[in-house]
Amino acid sequence: MQKIGVFVCWCGSNIAATVDVQAVSDALAREPGVVFSTNYQYMCSQAGQEMIQSAIREHGLTGVVICSCSPRMHEATFRRACEKAGLNPYMVEIANIREQCSWIHKDKATGTEKAVILGRAAVAKVHLNAPLTAGQSPVTKRALVIGGGIAGIQTALDIAEAGFPVDIVEKKPTIGGKMTQLDKTFPTLDCAACILTPKMVDAAQHENINIISYAEVEEVKGFVGNFSVKIRKKARFVDEAKCTGCGLCTEKCPQKKVPNEFNLGLDQRRAIYIPFAQAVPKVAAIDPDYCTMLKTGKCGVCSKVCTAGAIDYKQQDEIIEREYGAIVAATGFEPISMEKFGEFAYAQSPDVVTSLEFERLMNAAGPTGGTLLRPSDGKHPHTLVFVQCVGSRCDGGEKGKPYCSKICCMYTAKHAMLTREKYPDTEVYVFYIDVRTPGKNFDEFYRRAVEDYGVHYVKGMVGKVSPENGKLKVQASDLLGGRQMHIEADMVILAAAIEPDRSARPLATMLTASMDTNDFFTEAHPKLRPVESPTAGVFLSGVCQGPKDIPETVAQAGAAAAKVIGLLARDYLTCNPCVAESSELMCNGCSACEKVCPYGAITYIDKEFRGPNRTTLVRRVAQVNPAVCQGCGACTVACPSGAMDLKGFSNAQILSEVDAICK
Amino acid sequence: MQVNESFRPTIVAFCCNWCSYAGADLAGTNRLQYPADVKIIRIPCSCRLNPLFILRAFQRGADGVILCGCHPGDCHYTTGNYYARRRMTLLFSMLDYLGIERERTRVEWVSAAEGAKFAETMNSFVETVARLGENKRLEDLRCKSE
Amino acid sequence: MQERVKAKAIELLESGACTRVLGWKAGEFFYDVTPAVFTSREEVERDFVFGPFCGANLSKYLIAESRKGGKVGAFLKPCDTYSFRQLQKEHRVLRENVYAVGVQCIGMCDIEAVKAAGMKGVVGAEERGEDLVVRTLYGERTMERRAALAERCQVCKSKKLLDCDERIGGQGEELSSARFDGVARLEAMTAEERFAFWRGELSRCIRCNACRNVCPACSCEKCVFDNPASGAENKAAADSFEENLFHIIRAFHVAGRCTDCGECSRVCPQHIPLHLLNRKFIKDINELYGGYQAGEDPETRPPLVDFRLDDPEPSVVHERGRKG
Repeated sequence: MQKIGVFVCWCGSNIAATVDVQAVSDALAREPGVVFSTNYQYMCSQAGQEMIQSAIREHGLTGVVICSCSPRMHEATFRRACEKAGLNPYMVEIANIREQCSWIHKDKATGTEKAVILGRAAVAKVHLNAPLTAGQSPVTKRALVIGGGIAGIQTALDIAEAGFPVDIVEKKPTIGGKMTQLDKTFPTLDCAACILTPKMVDAAQHENINIISYAEVEEVKGFVGNFSVKIRKKARFVDEAKCTGCGLCTEKCPQKKVPNEFNLGLDQRRAIYIPFAQAVPKVAAIDPDYCTMLKTGKCGVCSKVCTAGAIDYKQQDEIIEREYGAIVAATGFEPISMEKFGEFAYAQSPDVVTSLEFERLMNAAGPTGGTLLRPSDGKHPHTLVFVQCVGSRCDGGEKGKPYCSKICCMYTAKHAMLTREKYPDTEVYVFYIDVRTPGKNFDEFYRRAVEDYGVHYVKGMVGKVSPENGKLKVQASDLLGGRQMHIEADMVILAAAIEPDRSARPLATMLTASMDTNDFFTEAHPKLRPVESPTAGVFLSGVCQGPKDIPETVAQAGAAAAKVIGLLARDYLTCNPCVAESSELMCNGCSACEKVCPYGAITYIDKEFRGPNRTTLVRRVAQVNPAVCQGCGACTVACPSGAMDLKGFSNAQILSEVDAICK
Repeated sequence: MQVNESFRPTIVAFCCNWCSYAGADLAGTNRLQYPADVKIIRIPCSCRLNPLFILRAFQRGADGVILCGCHPGDCHYTTGNYYARRRMTLLFSMLDYLGIERERTRVEWVSAAEGAKFAETMNSFVETVARLGENKRLEDLRCKSE
Repeated sequence: MQERVKAKAIELLESGACTRVLGWKAGEFFYDVTPAVFTSREEVERDFVFGPFCGANLSKYLIAESRKGGKVGAFLKPCDTYSFRQLQKEHRVLRENVYAVGVQCIGMCDIEAVKAAGMKGVVGAEERGEDLVVRTLYGERTMERRAALAERCQVCKSKKLLDCDERIGGQGEELSSARFDGVARLEAMTAEERFAFWRGELSRCIRCNACRNVCPACSCEKCVFDNPASGAENKAAADSFEENLFHIIRAFHVAGRCTDCGECSRVCPQHIPLHLLNRKFIKDINELYGGYQAGEDPETRPPLVDFRLDDPEPSVVHERGRKG
């Protein structure tokens, strides 16, 4: 029989005003096993805690019930206090008589009666509590960053600077991400490459950073501090160690007709290629979809010209298996497909481009060498129409996205401004729903575009773009002017909404991290824990969590790194002791529990049991890994025999609460 | 149907620790009233709720049992409430099939931010169960106090 | 058919392919055929029967038999093979220790149905084409075989023999059957009528545990009803609640795993239509989560350890009720 102490808190008048605390402590004193019962003004105060501690010592309490505020508030406080007095912290139960009683009831008699019942349920539960000891699991002091864009690079650099090794897994042949494709960056208009490429080089040269490019995460097992990850490093058919990045092969390759993804297909590259001049690692890769040698076995030009002997047509995908303590998702974004937006004639006219394509057309390293030319005829455009919110802030979400992509207002202002600056002979129109420019120096930037550069901002949407006689007829409404507009444009630029990279969804499944309906990773708390995923040990960096611009991305990347560093700095993590356990004697080995476990915490072994007449029986039985189990209890209900139970929330404990409440 | 004014139902509310229990706390913090007939039992996740617990509650004198958990898709353990949803759907259907009033059981998804929804849910559930009156069809006479 | 089955049993034993075979032998009466293990030609010739009353599903016995060492031969009717595969899916039967002989089935008879047709003093029966020839103390009588079939055989779901090492009598097909009509009839009633119906049925339960003991899905090492720590323990139903509790929990525990073999109803000495509980779950699962037949394939996740993101909410029960 437990010796239970009951401590009823007044919480000043928060509880005492609607619950007769004296009556509650008196009533609970008569419960079986209760050897001590009292009430006090503030149980959570130093004096209150000391009161509990001295009662534990004086009365030799084996269990404690505290009738107070929500366990979400002070369960940890009271557990610590009791632990200091020598009581196992899991012998403490809280009856929530504030949030779930005194605060919602006005009548004191009702409140008191309910508080007594809640107290009884807690006493009944404590009778069945058992001391639990939290296990410890070691922390692997290495981090994995998935995605090598600016978010991933910044996170990796910050972690590496703190002295922990980091691997960056990047699915493309080079790190750098979307930012490498940008021309200038708002609001300061410094060139993206000038600020990004040094960081890429820093990452490549950092002794604590290991870049695994052209690779994807294939499997994630384990849990916080102890992830085991399988990474598939795709065959690039070039030996990374030997390739010097001289680029000779990329000039000699006879297969010239490969759409260049770096320039979004606006020009062509060879079948063997280095994505761009500042690629990191600066190593060529062979595109197996286009390489004649790989497809037909005839060619081999690159191999002949390569003085380093780096070409290896027989290269296979490589599986790298590594242990990590923390994982950062930095999978970034893609502009949405323009397929569903037929009204803008994107598919009909090459002169209708997305904003990212426009970045390439403006970029000195782009297909036009930085001179703005129409893709259709290479002529200088005079009238440009920018359309904002293409696919952003769409109602219904059928066609586009319900959210604001956040960056489009600023980059459109940038594009408009740069166009006007370089080519004063142009007329530039921007159609918008709202112009949203919160951010340091953002609104000033936008106003400069309007006021200093004479960009025509028109509130309203473009209804239709029709290519006619080499021109683009743009029909639009001017909501403020209350008129229809017809513009003969040379180019139309669509500010396509951004969406999470397609690799994010399968990755979230592997990480058991949750996502919202738009496939952005969900934070552990939208305000207070914005860079952590609800899955312990998984952190979020950059646009994979929600649309953001570069400064925000870098800030969040640093924040994620700080969280990772905090985790990796610890040698051991304390596990949750309220985990499932399986009774071998009752287990049927049917695998139902294993199937519902979201963490893969359950495995099976064949175990020998003694049968009748000195025989041995071998049975398949479940085993729970307490370091992996998070204590949800899904298995306990899936188990028909009741072999599976949950410590701290056992069948018997919950039933005792039910009984106490329904009595 | 005649409503017995003096009848107060006994309601057991199983709430998952992460969303609905916090939602109930929020209802309290915002001083949103709901009848004291509702007593909450905290479970880690809606998927911890064994049908046996529900039947036991009815046996011991509950007049209604409600399960509250995170909204589908928001489960702290990713998938728990999806399993709970199937289990409860089938169990409730079976109780209904046995002729037990289907309004005595309910599942409601309440997030940590939905204090108001929690209070509204409890108010409406208590009202529904009170209208049904005492649980007779799943009672255990030995557990009656009189 | 009996001769072919017996010959196969002898062959399996004498060839050494199996150390024992699992089959049926006559009980005290010709119609209470029971499962039995045979180890020799003599035993088979003397006791082995296969006829219209071999309803017993032998698959559950394989849980123990497949672990005794050596190979066991097992004769399985189509519906037994569904249980056989389901048990493998749950890692309960060790397939490699079983030589499964599928025996095609034309439906098993129910002695109650024979008696209900007015047969008195029945001492034997055999199939003759579409007829059942019943020997009685008063001479031979003939009745339509169909009329003598057990309920579960009248609404047979499948004649398919799954996962057998060999077959006697050829492969059959899945059938479309009216097996859910009984459930639908109950669903169409008012709650009060259903309550009255089930009280009438379940109050007869004597908690003999026959349904549980025969059920291939109820194969727990220790049943929750026998386990004082489970919170569900009860040896004999003390009142209406416990009658309900036992049957609700039992049906729930086998939900998604029950192949609808109908053994529970066959063995119930009180003639409670227990299959109506299991079929209710099967019907619900089919309607709410897509068609699912337990034991049909070794891979698909059973519906209660599976989910879809767009599963209906539990309130569907209320809404359905309102419509009906």
